[in-house]
Amino acid sequence: MLPLIIKRLGIGLITVIAVSLIIFLGTKILPGDAAQIRLGQEATEANIAAFRARLGLDQPYYLQYINWLFGFFTGDMGTSLASDKPITELIYDRYENTVYVATLTALIGVPISLALGIFAAMFPGSLYDRFLTMISVSLVASPEFLTATILVLIFVFGMGWGNAVVVGSIEGKGFFELYRHFALPITTLCFVIASQLIRMSRAAVLNVMNSPYIEMAILKGVPRRRIIFRHALLNALGPIVNVVALNLAYLVTGVIVVEVYFGYPGLATLIVQGVQTRDFILIQGLGMLFCLTYVILMLIADIAAFASNARLRHPK
Amino acid sequence: MSKSTSSSKITGKSSSKKTTAKSTVEHNHFVAPYDASVSFDELPDAPQPSKFRFSFTGWVGIIIVTFWIIIAITGPFIAPYGENDLPFPDAYSEFQVPQPGAWLGTDVTDRDILSRLIYGAGRTIGIAFLATTLAYVLGVILGIGAAISNPKVDMIISRINDAILSLPTIMLGLVVVAAIGSSIPVLICTAGVIYASVVFRLARALGQEIMVMDFVEAARVRGEGLWWIISREIWPNARMPLMTDFGLRLIYIILFVSSLSFLGLGVQPPQADWGSMVRENLGALQYGTSVIPVIAPAIAIATLTVGINLIVDDVSAFSGGKLSKRL
Repeated sequence: MLPLIIKRLGIGLITVIAVSLIIFLGTKILPGDAAQIRLGQEATEANIAAFRARLGLDQPYYLQYINWLFGFFTGDMGTSLASDKPITELIYDRYENTVYVATLTALIGVPISLALGIFAAMFPGSLYDRFLTMISVSLVASPEFLTATILVLIFVFGMGWGNAVVVGSIEGKGFFELYRHFALPITTLCFVIASQLIRMSRAAVLNVMNSPYIEMAILKGVPRRRIIFRHALLNALGPIVNVVALNLAYLVTGVIVVEVYFGYPGLATLIVQGVQTRDFILIQGLGMLFCLTYVILMLIADIAAFASNARLRHPK
Repeated sequence: MSKSTSSSKITGKSSSKKTTAKSTVEHNHFVAPYDASVSFDELPDAPQPSKFRFSFTGWVGIIIVTFWIIIAITGPFIAPYGENDLPFPDAYSEFQVPQPGAWLGTDVTDRDILSRLIYGAGRTIGIAFLATTLAYVLGVILGIGAAISNPKVDMIISRINDAILSLPTIMLGLVVVAAIGSSIPVLICTAGVIYASVVFRLARALGQEIMVMDFVEAARVRGEGLWWIISREIWPNARMPLMTDFGLRLIYIILFVSSLSFLGLGVQPPQADWGSMVRENLGALQYGTSVIPVIAPAIAIATLTVGINLIVDDVSAFSGGKLSKRL
C-alpha cells in the first residue's frame, strides 16, 4: 500500500506542475501584454519598458515561470494589476469568508446527506428511497442558481428573512447569528453537495450490501440494523471518505457560482472580478490556489480509496 | 448455387439452409458475408434482439426534450418579439409583471422575457450540442487511437489527459476566457476540449476492453481490415455506453456553459442565453416585484437537463449501464 500511496503522491506532484504550467501559459497567450493593459493606450514606450522590467516581464518565459512558482509557494504572488495591492493581501482580506462558508457547508451538509444516503441504502426500493433518488437526480441536473433562487423565494419572500445579499465581517458574532446571516449561501451549497453525496454514499453502502459476506450474515439471521452498523458501514467507510473528499472538491466549483449569485465577498468573486478586469497576476495566483485545493482533495479521495481496499492494505 | 445462398437471408429457422451453407464452406474458401441483406444479428446463433421500450419517465423526458428542441429550432419564427425589442415602448419600466402582450413580464431593460427565453433556447442548446459533439469527435478519436496505438504514446496522451481531468472545469474555463476573451466559438471550443478529456477516458477504456475480446481476435485472424473491425465489431458494442454518456456529457456541458454565462464570461449581452438571463435579472430579487425574470431561465435549464437525464437513465438501464457507471 505504501508504494501505491507514494506513487499517487508522485502523480499528484506532476499534476500540480502540469496545472501550474497550464495556468501560467494560459495567462501568457493574452493578446496585448500586461504592461499595455495596466498603463493604457497613452503610455509611452519607455514607461511600458520600465513597467515590464519591474514585473519581470522582460525575462524569458521559463525564468518568469520559475520565479512565479517559487513566489507562489513562498507567499509572494506579485501585485494586482487592477488595484496595485499585493495579491496575498487581497486574498488575506477575503479568505476567511470563503473558508467560513465552506467549513460550515461541510459541517452541516456532509453529515445530513450521509445519513440520508445511508438510510436510503438500508431500504432500497422503498418509497423513501425512490423519493430521495428522484430529488437528488433533479438536484444534480439543475444549475446552482436555480436552487439559490428557490431558496430566496422561500426564505426571503416567503418567510421575510430580509436581505438575500450578505456583506460584512464575521468577527465578534455568535455561531447562530452568523449562520442566519450567511444562511442562504450555505444552504445552497449544502444542496449542491448533498445531491451528489446522497447518491454516491447510497451506492457505496449498497455496493457493500451486495457482497457475499453480508448475504451470509442475512442468512444466519443477524438483525438488519446490526448488519448495517457492524458489517456494512465499517467496510463502506473508505468509499464514503472517498465520496466526501470528491464532493468537497466539487464544492470548489460550486462556491464560484454561489458566491457570485449572492454577491458574497469571498475568493471566488475575487477571481471572477480578476477575469473581468483581465488582472492576470490575480488569476494566476488565485487559480493556482483553487486548483491546488482541488488536487489535494482528490488526492485524499484516492488515498482513502486505497486504504479501504483490504487487498491493497495487506498485499500477499 | 453458392451465389443464391449468400444473397438469401440466413434465418436460422430452416435447418436445410444451414447445411447447404456449410457444404459451400467446405468447397470454397470462406469469405465473410459482405452482403447488405445478411447482417450478423441474423446468424442462427445470434441472440434474439431484445425489445427496448421507454418507461413512463422515459417518455416524459422525450416529450420535454422534444419540446425544447422544437423551440430551439423554430425560435426566431415563434417568438412574439425580437430578442432586444421592447414590448411596451411607450411605457418603459424595468421588471414589469406578466400581462397580456408580455406573458412572462419584462426584464431589466424592459425586454420581453418570453421572447428572450425562446431565443436563448436555440443559443444554449446549440452551443451545448456543438460543444458535446466536438468533445466526442476529439475524445473518441484520441481515445480509440490511444487504445490501439503503442503503450508509450498511450501513456503520454493519458498523462496529459489526467492533468486536465484533475482541474475544476469552471476554473479552466475562467483561465481560457481571461486569456482569449469571450465569444460563442471560444465557448464551444473551451467546453468541447475540457469535456473531451472525460470522453477520452471512456473511449479508451471501451476500446481497450473490446479490442481484446475473442470476437475481435477472431475477426483479426479472419483477416478483416481495421475499418471493418471498428464498424462491425467495436462500434456495435461501444454504441450504447457512448450514447448514454453523450447524454450525460450534454447535461454537464449545458450546466457548464450556463454557469460561465451566469458569471458574465460566456454569451455576452445583448444576446440572450439562459445563463446570462439569470445574471442580468438578478436585481429583480432585490426589488422583490417579480422573480420570474430570474427563475424562468433557471427552470428552463433544469427541465431540459432533467429531461435528458430521464432518457439517459432509461437507456442505460436497458444496456451498457454498468460500463458507463463504472468509469
